[in-house]
Amino acid sequence: MADRRRWADLAGLSPFLLYVAIFLGAPTVVLAVGAFRGPDGWTLENLHAAFTGVYGDAFVVSTELSLISAVISAVVGLAVAFVIAAAPEEGPLRQVVSTASGVLANFGGVPLAFAFIAAFGPVGMVTRWLSTNGVDISSFSLHLFDLSGLVVVYLYFQIPLMVLVILPALEGLRPQWVEAARSLGSSRWQYWRLVGGPLLFPPFAGALLLLFANSFASYATAAALTSGSIPLVPIQIGQVMSGNVAAGQENVGKALGLGAIVLVALAMGGYGWAQRKTTRWLR
Amino acid sequence: MTVLINEKAASISLTGITRSYGAVRAVDGLDLEIASGELISLLGPSGCGKTTALRIIAGLEQTDSGTVVVGGKDITRTPANKRDMSMVFQSYSLFPHLSAADNVAFGLRLRGVKPAVRRRRAIELLELVSLDHHADRYPSELSGGQQQRVALARALAVEPKVLLLDEPLSALDAKVRIQLRDEIRTLQRRLGITTVFVTHDQEEALSMSDRIAVMSNGRLEQCGSPAEIYSRPATPFVAEFIGSMNHVPGIADGATVTVSGSRLPLSVPGSGAVTVLIRPEAVRLTDDPNGNTTITTISFRGPVTRVIGRLDDGTPITADLPSVQAASFAEGGRVHVTYAEEPVLTKAAD
Repeated sequence: MADRRRWADLAGLSPFLLYVAIFLGAPTVVLAVGAFRGPDGWTLENLHAAFTGVYGDAFVVSTELSLISAVISAVVGLAVAFVIAAAPEEGPLRQVVSTASGVLANFGGVPLAFAFIAAFGPVGMVTRWLSTNGVDISSFSLHLFDLSGLVVVYLYFQIPLMVLVILPALEGLRPQWVEAARSLGSSRWQYWRLVGGPLLFPPFAGALLLLFANSFASYATAAALTSGSIPLVPIQIGQVMSGNVAAGQENVGKALGLGAIVLVALAMGGYGWAQRKTTRWLR
Repeated sequence: MTVLINEKAASISLTGITRSYGAVRAVDGLDLEIASGELISLLGPSGCGKTTALRIIAGLEQTDSGTVVVGGKDITRTPANKRDMSMVFQSYSLFPHLSAADNVAFGLRLRGVKPAVRRRRAIELLELVSLDHHADRYPSELSGGQQQRVALARALAVEPKVLLLDEPLSALDAKVRIQLRDEIRTLQRRLGITTVFVTHDQEEALSMSDRIAVMSNGRLEQCGSPAEIYSRPATPFVAEFIGSMNHVPGIADGATVTVSGSRLPLSVPGSGAVTVLIRPEAVRLTDDPNGNTTITTISFRGPVTRVIGRLDDGTPITADLPSVQAASFAEGGRVHVTYAEEPVLTKAAD
C-alpha cells in the first residue's frame, strides 16, 4: 500500500522532475564537465582563468555588489516589514505595501533600467524637474551607471523581496511570547535579545542569503544599465556566450557559470537551513 | 526534591476597576479582594471581562479608572515586568528556540542567576511537574499538556507574589485537562501561592477554587465559595451559569412562590407570574399514576441517574436522583413532582 502510494506521488511529481532535469540538471552537468575540459582534454586551466584576471575581478565585483545590496535591502526591508507587521491586518497600509512589494520584487531587467534612466538619468524627467526647482542631482545621475548606481537600482527590487520574505517570520512572533517574557520580568530590550532576536535570526540570515543570490544572479538590469562596463559574473558569462572570448578559452564561460552556481547553491543551502530551523521551532 | 514554599504570596485588592474599548465596557467597576495564598477563579462566559481583569492585574492592560493593590502596595501604574507576577497563557507560550529547562530558567536568567544554579532550579521545577526527564526537549517535541506543565514550572520558577492563569487548560483534551487541574490545585496548595485563575468552565472553577468570582458584562455577579455559588446563587445569571436549572412557571406571592402545586420560599421576594429556577437535585419524584408528570427519558450516570419528564402543562423537568432510588421508575411512567423546600430564585416569566 505504502509502495503504491509512493509511486503515485512520484508519478504526480514527474513533470516537475523532468522539467528540473532538462533545464537545471542537464545544463549544470554540461557546465561542470565543460569547466574541466580544454582543447586537449581534462584541465584546470578554465577554472584558473575564471578566478584570475578580468574574470576574477568579476567575481570580486559581483560579490561586493551582492553583499552591499543584500545588507542594505535586508536592513531596510526588515524595518519596513516591522512597520507593516505592526499595522492592522485588514488595514490599507498592509494591503498596499504587501501588494506593491509583490509587484516591485518582480520588476527588474531592462524595464527597470529604462525606468531609472528615464527618471534619474542626466536628462531624466525627475532630474530635470528637480533642476528647474533648484535641486541639482546631476552627481547622482552620473553615478547611475557605475557600481553605486547599480546598488541603488538593485535596492528597488531587493527591498520589496526582503519585505515579502521576512514578513511571515515577523508575523510568526506570537504576542504571547512578548507578554510571557514581560510577566517574567523582561524589559523590551531583553525580550529582543533573548527571544525575538534569536527567533528572527535564522529567517533574517536566510533572507540575506536569498538577496545575495538574487543579486549575484541578476543579469539584465546590470547589462542594460551599464552596457557591460562593470565586470559582473553574469555579464562576463553573457559575453562569453556571445563569442567575445580569447581563442582557447571557449570553456572559461562554463567555469564561470560553475563558480556562480556553486556560490548561489551555497547561499541557497544556507537559506534552506534557516528555513528548516524556523519551521522546526514554529511547528 | 526540594520543597518550594513561596513566602512572597500577597493579597490583591481591586477597587473600581474599569476598562473600556471604544463603546464597549469590558470591565465595569470591579471590586474584588483576594486573600494571600488563595486560589480564586474568575468565571464567566466569553466577553464577560474576566481575561481583561486578569490582564489588568498582570499589568498587560491599563485601567481607565480604579486601583490594583498587591501586598498593600498600589501597583496600578507599575509596568508588567516590575510587578513580580507570573502568567500562564491559554495558548502555548513557551519560547520555541529554548529547551524545556531553558524556558523554566528564563526568568532566573533575567534576574542574573548563574547558569549552573538556574539549571539546577529549572530541573527542580520540572520535577515538580513530573517533566524533569524532558528537560532538554524543545516545545515542539512536547505534547500540549506537557507544554502547559513547563509553562507552569516557568511561572513558578521566579517565585512570584501572584500566579495568574489565563484559561491554561482550555486547549487540552478532556483527560489531560482533569489531570492537570488537579496538579495545579495540589501545587498551589503546597506552595501557598496567591492564584487568580480565569476560566469559562464551571466544573473547573468548582473543583479547583477556594472562591469563585462570577462575572457577566464586565461586572461581578457574585463572589463566594464553590458551595455558596452553587447552592445559594445571588442572581438568576449565576444560578443558570453554574450547573443546570429547571425553568418552571410559578406564581410568586411575597416571600413564597407556588410551583407545580408546591409552595417554596423565595430568595428575593416577588409577585405575579414568574419562572422559578430549580436545580435537578432539588426535584423529588414519587410514583403516582395520578401524578402531574410523565417520565420521558432515564439516563444512568453511575451513582446518579438523570430522569427527564414533562409536567402536564408541557414544561420539561429534569431530576437528578440517587441511582438506587431512580431504579423504581420507568420511561413512560407517571410520577408526582415536588421540590425540596429551599429558597429559590425567579426571573421574569418566559
